[in-house]
Amino acid sequence: MTTTPANPTAPIVVTDLQGGYNGQAVIHGCNMEIAAGEIVVIMGGSGSGKSTFLRHLIGLKEPMTGDVQLFGQSLYGVNETKRLQLLKGIGVAFQSGALLSSLTVGQNVALPMIEHTDLDAEMIDIIVRMKLDFVNLLGKEDLLPSELSGGMLKRAAVARAIALDPRLTFMDEPSAGLDPVVAAALDELIIKLRDSLGMSVVVVTHELESAFKIADRIVVLDRGYIIFSGTVDDIKNSDNQRIQNLINRVAEEDDFDPEAHLKRLFGEN
Amino acid sequence: MNAIAQKTADRIARIGLEVIHLVAFIGYAARLLMMSLTLLVRGHAMGQPVRMRHIVSEIITAGIQALPVVILMASTIGVMLSIQGIHSLRIFGAETQVTFGLALSIPREFAPLITGIIVAGRSGSQLTSRVGSMRLNGEIDALTVMGISPIRFVVAPAIIGLIISLPLLVAVANVAAFGAAQLYIEATLGIASEAYWADILSVVTIADLIHCFGKSLLFAVLISLTGIVMGMGVSGGAEVLGKATTSSVVSCIGAIIAADTIFALVL
Repeated sequence: MTTTPANPTAPIVVTDLQGGYNGQAVIHGCNMEIAAGEIVVIMGGSGSGKSTFLRHLIGLKEPMTGDVQLFGQSLYGVNETKRLQLLKGIGVAFQSGALLSSLTVGQNVALPMIEHTDLDAEMIDIIVRMKLDFVNLLGKEDLLPSELSGGMLKRAAVARAIALDPRLTFMDEPSAGLDPVVAAALDELIIKLRDSLGMSVVVVTHELESAFKIADRIVVLDRGYIIFSGTVDDIKNSDNQRIQNLINRVAEEDDFDPEAHLKRLFGEN
Repeated sequence: MNAIAQKTADRIARIGLEVIHLVAFIGYAARLLMMSLTLLVRGHAMGQPVRMRHIVSEIITAGIQALPVVILMASTIGVMLSIQGIHSLRIFGAETQVTFGLALSIPREFAPLITGIIVAGRSGSQLTSRVGSMRLNGEIDALTVMGISPIRFVVAPAIIGLIISLPLLVAVANVAAFGAAQLYIEATLGIASEAYWADILSVVTIADLIHCFGKSLLFAVLISLTGIVMGMGVSGGAEVLGKATTSSVVSCIGAIIAADTIFALVL
């Protein structure tokens, strides 16, 4: 895979990223660039390295080699203070919501504004209500996260992620575990973010239906390698067997070694 | 012979591993303390200000809410020391000298130690469970990606809050212990309160007070750092969090007693 030249106008550029845990690489030589106003869906089966890849993209895990550039600036080639400064420019909605449990929903959405802007309390209140209205949670600002349902938590997390109108938002499994109606509403919401705010959105998911509906581009991760990057039509027409297995939900068997399998069953290695 | 050598090697390796963990723990705690103090002083310039409201909230939780139990325990200790003191000194017919014993032992030893143990039980475990559950729920990660340093938002206020609260609690514990002892001594020996306080004030020196408050500052740092570092180490699930909280109390109290012993031997 060739090295992508750093593009200062792109919200995020990933160059030769290699990362993993305890010196063991899980992500291998990944290159990716996301344009302004683009929805990119990162797909892959369980254990494909999606979550690790996302942690590298959002500044939570230093790569072993390679770099991630946010808005033209290196995320890992700088000190912690500078990195936190860069991260103020993105929004992240975690899979579990990760709202601060000691604060109400409204306080959670207000937090980035209180911490990073000079807006007065009244203005922050108004913006909080606007953001909650955007995700259909208006009127829930005084509830604690523990009083919300799973779908509401995810939407509240989206409201917090977009509190500062970031140019780039990451969403980890936004529709996982939700009923189809709520999942569809979240998909609409992601499209609305791109269309009305011109936001770039990176969505990590394995929900095919959702991916096909929202994606401008799909990136497929497999065993830590980016094996595909293209439009929805491209992926449907791909002749790569592993991609076809992924999108047609075909179970696949790795090279099966009966002897090794028996040994594993008997706990011999 | 080989098996014995292997076992010995394994044991040595295990001890080595424990030592490495301990050094890593101390190193991480020192780093957190340094970063907290740096952010307290230079946070505004670095875009990561430690908020006064967070510190005040910690002072309320760790300090003001601990007042009733500290006053109760310190008063009890004051009365107990008086009972024991009078009982022992009666052998020599010197029970009126009990005030000197109190003045020498309460500020230097009992007030900081009892308060430290109470605060370790309350705040050390509370910090571990709070930080641990924030880690498990991804709240620490969420703060980081919002560009908010978890150290300035969670760690620094807790350390600074306890550094302010614990010496104040120790001051209250001193007053409560001496006050309760005075009531008991007046009732038992008929020593007037003016004479009692005059005796106490003539014996307690500035050095005793420096010893008392120096120790309480050290305890505050030990409790907050132990609680936070053990919380930061939580990963997995609720069971791990429960275990970390329990062992945090034990470690906090252990650290306090070890530091107290070193203080007593050196100073």
